[in-house]
Amino acid sequence: MAAAVRLALIVLLLLGPGGWGHAEPSRDSLREELVITPLPSGDVAATFQFRTRWDSELHREEVSHYRLFPKALGQLISKYSLQELHLSFTQGFWRTRYWGPPFLQAPSGAELWVWFQDTVTDVDKSWKELSNVLSGIFCASLNFIDSTNTVIPTASFKPLGLANGTDHYFLRYAVLPREVVCTENLTPWKKLLPCSSKAGLSVLLKADRLFHTSYHSQAVHIRPVCRNARCTSISWELRQTLSVVFDAFVTGQGKKDWSLFRMFSRTLTEPCPLAAESRVYVDITSSKQDNETLEVNPPPLTTYQDVILGTQKTYAVYDLLDTAVINNSRNLNLQLKWKRPPENGYIHYQPAQDRLQPHLLEMLIQLPANSVTKVSIQFERALLKWTEYTPDPNHGFYVSPSVLSALVPSIVASKPVDWEESPLFNTLFPGSDSSSYFVRLYTEPLLVNLPTPDFSMPYNVICLTCTVVAVCYGSFYNLLTRTFHIEEPSKGGLAKRLANLIRRARGIPPL
Amino acid sequence: MAAAGAAATDLEVVRGKRAALFFAAVAIVLGLPLWWKTTETYRAPLPYSQISGLNALQLRLMVPVTVVFTRDSVPLDDQEKLPFTVVHEREIPLKYKMKIKCRFQKAYRRALDHEEEALSLGSVQEAETMLAEPQEQSEGSLTVYVISEHSPLLPQDMMSYIGPKRTAVMRGIMHREAFNIIGRRIIQVAQAMSLTEDVLAAALADHLPEDKWSSDKRRPLKSSLGYEITFSLLNPDPKSHDVHWDIEGAVQRYVQPFLNALSAAGNFSVDSQILYYAMLGVNPRFDPASSSYYLASHSLPHVINPVESRLGSSAASLYPVLNFLLYVPELAHSPLYIQDKDGAPVATNAFHSPRWGGIMVYNVDPKAYNASKLPVRVEVDMVRVMEVFLAQLRLLFGIAQPQLPPKCLFSGPKSEGLMTWELDRLLWARSVENLATATTTLTSLAQLLGKISNIVIKDDVASEVYRAVAAVQKAAEELASGHLASAFVASQEAVTSSERAFFDPSLLHLLYFPDDQKFAIYIPLFLPMAVPILLSLVKIFLETRKSWKKPEKID
Repeated sequence: MAAAVRLALIVLLLLGPGGWGHAEPSRDSLREELVITPLPSGDVAATFQFRTRWDSELHREEVSHYRLFPKALGQLISKYSLQELHLSFTQGFWRTRYWGPPFLQAPSGAELWVWFQDTVTDVDKSWKELSNVLSGIFCASLNFIDSTNTVIPTASFKPLGLANGTDHYFLRYAVLPREVVCTENLTPWKKLLPCSSKAGLSVLLKADRLFHTSYHSQAVHIRPVCRNARCTSISWELRQTLSVVFDAFVTGQGKKDWSLFRMFSRTLTEPCPLAAESRVYVDITSSKQDNETLEVNPPPLTTYQDVILGTQKTYAVYDLLDTAVINNSRNLNLQLKWKRPPENGYIHYQPAQDRLQPHLLEMLIQLPANSVTKVSIQFERALLKWTEYTPDPNHGFYVSPSVLSALVPSIVASKPVDWEESPLFNTLFPGSDSSSYFVRLYTEPLLVNLPTPDFSMPYNVICLTCTVVAVCYGSFYNLLTRTFHIEEPSKGGLAKRLANLIRRARGIPPL
Repeated sequence: MAAAGAAATDLEVVRGKRAALFFAAVAIVLGLPLWWKTTETYRAPLPYSQISGLNALQLRLMVPVTVVFTRDSVPLDDQEKLPFTVVHEREIPLKYKMKIKCRFQKAYRRALDHEEEALSLGSVQEAETMLAEPQEQSEGSLTVYVISEHSPLLPQDMMSYIGPKRTAVMRGIMHREAFNIIGRRIIQVAQAMSLTEDVLAAALADHLPEDKWSSDKRRPLKSSLGYEITFSLLNPDPKSHDVHWDIEGAVQRYVQPFLNALSAAGNFSVDSQILYYAMLGVNPRFDPASSSYYLASHSLPHVINPVESRLGSSAASLYPVLNFLLYVPELAHSPLYIQDKDGAPVATNAFHSPRWGGIMVYNVDPKAYNASKLPVRVEVDMVRVMEVFLAQLRLLFGIAQPQLPPKCLFSGPKSEGLMTWELDRLLWARSVENLATATTTLTSLAQLLGKISNIVIKDDVASEVYRAVAAVQKAAEELASGHLASAFVASQEAVTSSERAFFDPSLLHLLYFPDDQKFAIYIPLFLPMAVPILLSLVKIFLETRKSWKKPEKID
């Protein structure tokens, strides 16, 4: 039996390449892939990769006929003589401590690094123009890249693809940390995909879910790669990647279970007919370690094992091009369930919306005796709108007190009493049973100092200097134009008359 | 003592008065100009009078026509009068501020020996190739050969022939008024080959007041230095159709020769792409009678918008883009036909959108579905597609069919699909359009600068304006002297320079500087300084008036 299986495998292997040989050599190909990794913190990371390979030498020929490769990017390569282009837009920060190492690294904000061909004469000019064009294509503020934030690294950022020379003079690198990534950056990115967002894995790319996450990073990588094993000619590879981290644990009310539908609010319905390969990998490593604590649904047909980032990993593999995967149920909704619920707990978090609703965080925790439990929340200080500051903004802003409601076990068991009979002070809160009593504690309100702008500084400076100038000028003017004469005391003033009056009264001769 | 004191006081008073007057003088003579100068916005001088002069410019479009008479074309005594020159000028009535005059300068001469020889050949095509060999004619000029009345060169019933190059052949006449009659016929032929009212009206469509037929005139693309032509294959249903098109070969075979012929009118670049899952914006209606789907003509305007977001703008250049879309309808909606206003299907199954491009619907042969399972492999018949697209391309460039005079034999275009005089006609139209655009841009720039005094005019903006004005004038001169090629180049330069000046970002630097902010900044300094000066001036003025009145009283 085992021998037969092995034989069948060999036959399959022999047939595989043969089958490819019969098809006409397609000049470009598309592979798409989604990796779903449950993270140690309970969150779920999803990493999409779409790889378009184009067997064409863009520089040599006047190529201008595009099929799967997007025209906008292809034109850039030939116009600006690009060797490599790496562009990423990231919102949030990958928490390596809680999430483990990422597949794809990217800094917060926008990052662009480009290797130009050594035929480019004025690299800085091309770099400037390229960043402007890219900012138009991706609706981002890449046009703010100029000489003040561009560097030429000499040791890091070597070419990732084929490269003849690595003269770092042709490398430019820039990061815009302030860049905010949003739907308008995702839409043009999706348009570059051959299947747009109509079929295949890209169906899942729904903007309002992707940006409701704690980490979002999308990137475009273009590089030349070998066309065949002997590397006689080059092909161009475009990789579009997107990683998101869903805070499934918190929004999922403390459960680590997830499904495609709950994360993306879509399911996979059909494979992209243009893709040569379309796969979903689900990380099920922990199921091997401690005896089947999780299960995936539908059960995978194949698994894949490898050492990824230094650790042994097991992935469940779903091949969308395999008709059995989707045809059974018309759509594929991957689900993962943890068999043993982790701890008894409940967390409900409702994020704030600016000027609409505040944050709400509710946790149900069982506290051990004689212990200290700390709940800490990080927050950012933000500037408000001009008119939203209170008349006394430097006083600070209040954060309402937090509430602690607890059922405290009572030392002495009380006897059940009749509600109507017992005194009023004892019956506001209903006790569930007699062995515990209800307590609600409030903490102090928090006074937070927000940054406040100096509302009138420029005008104050103008007024102050003008006043100083005006005072100097006024006294100078008076000094020069006024006539000063010595006033001869003719009769004396009121003081003198008063003095004389007193003198007369005392009998002393007047002044 | 008192007198001395009073004298000293008087002296002081006079000195105080002088000091006050001096202060006022310094403030007015030195302070005001200094303040004015330091807060002034820099405005380089511009040729305002020349710009306003451009509006009254008279455009004289000269078409040099060489008329060659063979031996038996006109009576002998008329032949004695050759060579001489006749000028035919007439104004083209357009509702435009520029006066446009069309001037045909006909130089009559006798045929040279080799021309006689060529024109005695059997067919007009042979004669033409032989005539074309020795000299290349300059752009915009025409040559008309007048042959004998009974020459076998043209078919019996034809009076004249218009060739693909800049030549025409015409029968002569044995008549006392031969020159007059032939002259009139030559004007007819020359107009068909060069300038007509229609061509100029189409060129100036944007600058003319609205007419009910103007939407048709606005079909051609606006003049520009270059054009991008993008062919897109839209495959909304890649699950059922695996569409292949040999666009590279088709471009090489059909589009490139046409564009090479057009290359004098601008730079062209061609590219193509395939877009999957690109839907039209309208759901086609089902027609049960023919069990097909159709797009009604009134819904066609809504077709383009959703597709356009996918087309992507060209990243590499700023030239206007012409889009040609080949739409292979999805399986659920095929076959799909386009209906015209009367509800009949359009023969080409295509339509075009002015200044945007064209769309053709390509239905998959229904037999293909029976044979194999999905996806069906579809090979696009590029000849059929390119015929439509090239016809649309001609329309979008404003190359319309000429209005031929009666009894005129018309040679079809050569392999590249464009006749040389059609190109000339395009160049005439484009030159006039460029001049009109440049003039409008310059006029509105001058108006804007006159209206808003905050705008900074830098030296380079000013030099662009000067260059544009000079280029407009040069183009007008070249047009008047019949040098079409250099006139076209100058008119392009005029447009480029004027637009560069108009859209220069430095114009916007100080645009927002409202008056209330100015007052808020100036008042804290100016008020305390001005009040003492004004008060002492008023005081001095009152005292002087008193001292003027006093002597009168004594008198």
